[in-house]
Amino acid sequence: MSILVDENSRVLVQGITGREGMARTKLMVEYGTNVVAGCTPGKGNQTVLEVPVYDTVQEARENVPEINTSVIFVPAPLVKNAALEAIAAGIKLLVLVPDRVPIYDVLEIAHAAKEADAQFLGPNTLGMLSVDKGVLGMMGGRAQTAKQWFKKGNVGVTSRSGGITSSIGYYLSKSGVGLSSIVHVGGDVIVGMPHPEIVKKFQDDPETEAVVMFGEIGTSQEEQVADLIENGEFTKPLIAFIGGAAAKSGTRFSHAGAIVEGNRGTHASKVKRLKEVGVHIVDNFDDIPQVTREVLQTLN
Amino acid sequence: MARLHEHKGKELLREFKIPTPKGILASSPEEVFNAVKEIASPVVIKAQIWATGRAGLGGIQFAQTPDEAKSASRKIFGLKVNDFEVTQVLVEAQIKIKQEFYAGIIIDDAAKSPVMIFSSMGGTGIEEIAAKHPEKVGKLKIDIITGFKDFQARDLIRKTGISGRLQMQLADVLVKLWKVAKKYEARSAEINPLVLTEEGQVMAADCRIAVDDYAVFRHPELGIDIARELNRPPSELDKIAYDVEKNDYRGTFYFIQMEEGFQKGEGYVGFHGAGGGGSMMSMDAVVAQGFKLANFTDTSGNPPASKVYRAAKIILSQQNIDAYFGSGSGVASQEQYHSARGLVKAFREENLSIPAVIRLGGNSEDLAIDILENYTKDLPAPVEGFKKDDSAFSCAERLKELVDNYKGNGKPEKQFTKPIAEKPYSFETITGTITYDHAACADCESKICIEKCVPEILKLENDVPVLAISKDEAKAGKCIECLACEVECIFHGNKGAYIDLPIAGLEEYLEKVA
Repeated sequence: MSILVDENSRVLVQGITGREGMARTKLMVEYGTNVVAGCTPGKGNQTVLEVPVYDTVQEARENVPEINTSVIFVPAPLVKNAALEAIAAGIKLLVLVPDRVPIYDVLEIAHAAKEADAQFLGPNTLGMLSVDKGVLGMMGGRAQTAKQWFKKGNVGVTSRSGGITSSIGYYLSKSGVGLSSIVHVGGDVIVGMPHPEIVKKFQDDPETEAVVMFGEIGTSQEEQVADLIENGEFTKPLIAFIGGAAAKSGTRFSHAGAIVEGNRGTHASKVKRLKEVGVHIVDNFDDIPQVTREVLQTLN
Repeated sequence: MARLHEHKGKELLREFKIPTPKGILASSPEEVFNAVKEIASPVVIKAQIWATGRAGLGGIQFAQTPDEAKSASRKIFGLKVNDFEVTQVLVEAQIKIKQEFYAGIIIDDAAKSPVMIFSSMGGTGIEEIAAKHPEKVGKLKIDIITGFKDFQARDLIRKTGISGRLQMQLADVLVKLWKVAKKYEARSAEINPLVLTEEGQVMAADCRIAVDDYAVFRHPELGIDIARELNRPPSELDKIAYDVEKNDYRGTFYFIQMEEGFQKGEGYVGFHGAGGGGSMMSMDAVVAQGFKLANFTDTSGNPPASKVYRAAKIILSQQNIDAYFGSGSGVASQEQYHSARGLVKAFREENLSIPAVIRLGGNSEDLAIDILENYTKDLPAPVEGFKKDDSAFSCAERLKELVDNYKGNGKPEKQFTKPIAEKPYSFETITGTITYDHAACADCESKICIEKCVPEILKLENDVPVLAISKDEAKAGKCIECLACEVECIFHGNKGAYIDLPIAGLEEYLEKVA
């Protein structure tokens, strides 16, 4: 097992004929991901890297059985439409790679996904990778390097920064700590599967023994993970680094934010809350591999 | 978040028939005088700045007559708050307040929906009120599709202890506030205080609206010139950089100037990050060496080389920086030679005269560092590249050594001038123009441009390079502005290629600061 993508994934790429779509399809296919169809409105009846392209997602579903995942590479203003199309066609897992998707569009996608019992990663995500099984998005950039950088093992990674996801994956692998799946949850305020959703998936994954989390200031994702631990819904060891300690705390413009989030969202509040529930907080980023190794040793 | 000034926010409220005090925007004491005459009642004069606690800063004045208002407004104009100079005031009819409330909408990340908040106590210190008197604060998730209904508003207000006609009046405002937030895609929209006047009318006495940065392009009518959250007005460079980003959807370029007016030798660094998380740690690393940040820049999301070039040009246009530090997450998924070529073109044009350390770890890092270092060897200042196994901290240490040992005076020795082609062959790209001087190309032995062109769109015709596709296709994006034809030609060809990538407003800016 692993999370989100594995040998049972049957992947559609929306926007497969574009610059990013084409380049990332190459990565996904060469890494071994089961990419079975592509979709670009008005550009059906061709193939990209031997993957058949259709005009609509529904048409792809009718011609290619059991598509269960869609990775979306279309310009930000078109993401809402593409995501709603995939959800309407019954696809249950979406990866929204583009950056700068308007927030009200994301809220509509979230609404439709909830109604249809679908889930989405992103927007503004590099995607995710399950070692030796598949890539959704652009994690690793090239198949050959993705294979070199990320080694098989039992540690899951969830991160709010794309580059840091691959950094942690690489530095862990290099120090001999292998990975199950590594996930970039997306850099925006509203994302489909924030940290708490991902750690729940790692909880259910027998291959994952421990999780490394890269958090950042803002939002309440890390605090929600602490809540999960407190409620016994996440019981595996968690190693966490929170970025943004030195960030200048600007004047908060909105009172509403303070009312809704209360004391959540700051570096101090996140660290305090996570420590309270026994999370291994790492103060120096470069120490993550060492601390993770130590945590794994106490398990065995 | 793109914040709107109070007067602009109130304009949006009025569009949906939420009552506001009669008000006029004024830009000078004379205009204030005329405004008061027109309003024909005692007024309050309010500085239009993005700051809380304006009253305590002297940004709010009361006056009875036009003359009084004119002189009172002089205390506000020119007032400086967080580097914002007050240039506009809102002149409003004074209202007699009987009771204050709070109404606000925010996008809640945990709920993944907008949340309506109403408090039966409003005014300053609303956060404390909410914490101390939770029974006076009602919150309700808003369904993004079906919206916020009158009955929901009435029940939300009822729960805070308000009944009767007032409940209905307030509910009406809440329903309309949601319509404003939805139409203008507000990250947050607040009326604080929302007041009941002595005359029994419910009115928005103040208003704060912040529009989603990513949606600003759908609302040109708001006239937002820079969709960034800043604690000060955007600087000229901020605006120049924002225009670059606004017009190019490939990858992301974020630039914010942090300091101006410093001198050589004070240790200010031009900072060029890649990726949010890695940039943050890289900033910490360079600050730990005693440097100060002139700016924050982030180019990420697989930007074309042309975007990295423009970012570097803008960073280097900051006067008196002592060094250039580029560092991101260290293990980038994108092909790093694009960034390397962008930097090389910028460094060469600027005849780089301050030390630079660039951490280019990730895909094709070996090639990227070869390009970066080999093609900058002849520049006055040292340029060093590092890979994924080098930490941000050790790179910052190296920069410190280079700066401490650097003997140059930091002033470029010669100015770059655009080459003039004898026999030009030109075609346009998404954001620029590529020109090959076929006179030079004819004598070129390597024809390196053909081989190095990343999208492989060039061919030889009569022994000189031309497009193998149509010029329209190149302009539409088949030319990805990888800059290889120019950068490689300088060293391996006959210096026949030049790519013009204009940056609107930058030359004028440089003339002014020089």
